[in-house]
Amino acid sequence: MGIAQATLPAAPPKPGRRSRFRPSRFALDVFLGLIAAFWLVPTVSMAIISFRPEGLFQVSGWWTVFSAPSQLTLANYKALFDQGLVAGGLLDSLVTSIEITVPVTLLVTAISALAGYSLVFGSWRGRNLVFYSIVGLMVVPVQVALLPVVQLYHGFGSLSGFNAYGTIVGVVIFHVAFGLPFGIFLMRNFYVGIPTELVEAGRIDGAGEWLLFRRLIVPLGMAATASLAIFQFIWVWNDLLVALVFLGGYSHFPMTIFLYDQTRTLAANYWIVATGAMVSIVVPLIVFFSFQRYFVRGMLAGAVK
Amino acid sequence: MTTLAMPGEQEAPDATPPAAAKKRKWNRTSIAFVVPAAVWLGLIVVYPVVATIRYSFFNESGSSFVGLTNYKNLFTSDALLTAFRNNFIWVVIFPFFVTFFGLVFAVLTERIKWATAFKTIIIMPIVFSTTASALVWSSLFDLNPHVGALNALVETVSDWFNPPGAYPVDTAAGQTVASLASSGVRVAPGSNLRSVAVVRPGGTVRLGLVGISPATLQVLEAEPATLPKAQPGAVTGLVWRDFSPSHPASRTGVFRDEDGLPNLRLSLLASNGSSVASAVSDRHGLFAFTNVRAGAYHVQIDSSNFRSGFTGVFWLGTQSLTPTNSVGQTAQALLSVPLVDMSMIVTYLWIWCGFAMVVLAAGLASLDRAVLEAARMDGATEWQTFRRVTMPLLAPVLTVIFVTMIINVLKVFDVILNEPPGSSQEGANTLALSIYNFGFTGGIHTGLASAIAVILFLLVVPVMLWNLKKLKQPSNG
Repeated sequence: MGIAQATLPAAPPKPGRRSRFRPSRFALDVFLGLIAAFWLVPTVSMAIISFRPEGLFQVSGWWTVFSAPSQLTLANYKALFDQGLVAGGLLDSLVTSIEITVPVTLLVTAISALAGYSLVFGSWRGRNLVFYSIVGLMVVPVQVALLPVVQLYHGFGSLSGFNAYGTIVGVVIFHVAFGLPFGIFLMRNFYVGIPTELVEAGRIDGAGEWLLFRRLIVPLGMAATASLAIFQFIWVWNDLLVALVFLGGYSHFPMTIFLYDQTRTLAANYWIVATGAMVSIVVPLIVFFSFQRYFVRGMLAGAVK
Repeated sequence: MTTLAMPGEQEAPDATPPAAAKKRKWNRTSIAFVVPAAVWLGLIVVYPVVATIRYSFFNESGSSFVGLTNYKNLFTSDALLTAFRNNFIWVVIFPFFVTFFGLVFAVLTERIKWATAFKTIIIMPIVFSTTASALVWSSLFDLNPHVGALNALVETVSDWFNPPGAYPVDTAAGQTVASLASSGVRVAPGSNLRSVAVVRPGGTVRLGLVGISPATLQVLEAEPATLPKAQPGAVTGLVWRDFSPSHPASRTGVFRDEDGLPNLRLSLLASNGSSVASAVSDRHGLFAFTNVRAGAYHVQIDSSNFRSGFTGVFWLGTQSLTPTNSVGQTAQALLSVPLVDMSMIVTYLWIWCGFAMVVLAAGLASLDRAVLEAARMDGATEWQTFRRVTMPLLAPVLTVIFVTMIINVLKVFDVILNEPPGSSQEGANTLALSIYNFGFTGGIHTGLASAIAVILFLLVVPVMLWNLKKLKQPSNG
């Protein structure tokens, strides 16, 4: 439903088009069926490996499960979840991922909505310049900012006593900064479509800016906010680099680092990789399937506009 | 909203009508709304870009000015030349294929009933972390055919055309067929083994081999060797593992703790060297050629018994096309195929094709159907309509995807860090990974890391300007 709705917004019926292709319809179904099957192989293989005994990984391929389904077991999940909340364990990483992702998502959507409002309904000079600068920042690679921000954290730490390096706060601050350009871009472009008269009328009636923002624009912009929040959530949930750089010696780390840490002994630990990867994709998959339409909208907003 | 008053702008108090005062107030409030974003972006994005440019002219610890030294080193270090080469490969191959597949999928899904299901399947990987995706593909590309599905597939096909023998000799590890010969056997041309003695019908022959692992014998269910019995009109014999744990120094004797070699394919060779009969050894290592005409023969153990099977393609490594010794290192580097790049690009296509497809499907849906119908009315074929009408109309969307993907692969990082095994990581290096390696691991070199970052930044600047230009032309936006 979601994708079809989002991607075919105004498609009128296409008379005659399908009927012309009837002879090749079956071949097309088969062809796309094979592609879809191919696309599912990695996910399915990962799922199967996570349900096979760890000892079998190097002995026989995951595909042997189709002739010997009795291999399947929940032992891997049990082993990882039974560890409980120990630092560096699967559950702890899951919690850390949430601790990073949720604040970033809330902050980016809130700050972007505010800035978007100001850029569209404010009447200060230089709004366009600010907007263009923000659009320019959209393509700045995070790699360019890593080192100086680490230094900045250390510098601020020696001044104030709070060093954000090696803390979740430091990761969040960095993620928010790099989420903002796209966030502001998305919100601003959505708010531009809201008739200015609505805000003007409110002002004449004596409503303050904060009230107009909270009661008028935020509810009207809910669709864009949802797109942004989902995008931001998935983006941060899946980040590896920023967490690697800014978490430093911190003893808790997100799912991506949990997986990356297994790669040093990949063959021996692949059962942990597969099981951890399954757990790590469950959250974004739930978000994706619940809000597919908003996700696709966000993607289109980023690409087409 | 024609009069734009700057916040804090001074106006004569008596000339201020109530409406203007009100306007100034909301100006102040609304400009305050942009402050958090501006401060945040200024501190964590804009300032660091400037600082990085500054660091790039300083030494490894950032303490003294070194001018352009870091930039010179960029283009002389082997690791970074590899990074440049790999980034180049990524930029040349990936954006084209992701756009191509996206277009093909978008066009074809318009014609099937289960388009939503198809699109969902293709787009799903985009919500997975690149780390997880890279690790999954790392196992699919694994060298070991019992782990890597791709090599398992290649093995199946390869075994079909070129079946491995029951006793594969690992030539890659330096083992040779000749090293197997122990007693009564010598090497013959073509990696065959041949009985030393001449044998006539009614005679027996004993062929001893060594260097065969107990595991192989276990798989073949070998039984202890027994002495062959002579039969009139037949050549009989024994092939056995000529190594007795109880008599390790003794050759040629058949001991009770020695096993026969089952499943060996043998030929009876006439004196002119042609094969006149064939046989296969049983579990005790016994074989017999019956109804043999009078004459002198040799027994041959065919080379096919020792053919090693498929040992796996190292998809996550670099395949050299030149022999190691005959050419210089540079030529070798030039004439090698970085399979690891191709494998990672496949992974990345799996992740990103859904994005291209969805954006292009939206582009297709927003095309003016009347124009397409008009083309068809005028007798254009489906292909002509696509090529001459749809494609030009889609060109802006195709460009956007292409450019977005160039930016995307310039920054490629997670997949390089996770997919190749440690041994081939160096060959898979990219600029983004070098920044991480030089900036944050091992021997930290702030200046060099910053210089690479500046290069990366310069590479995206054209796209930044292009984005802005597009924004200023609302017709294209």
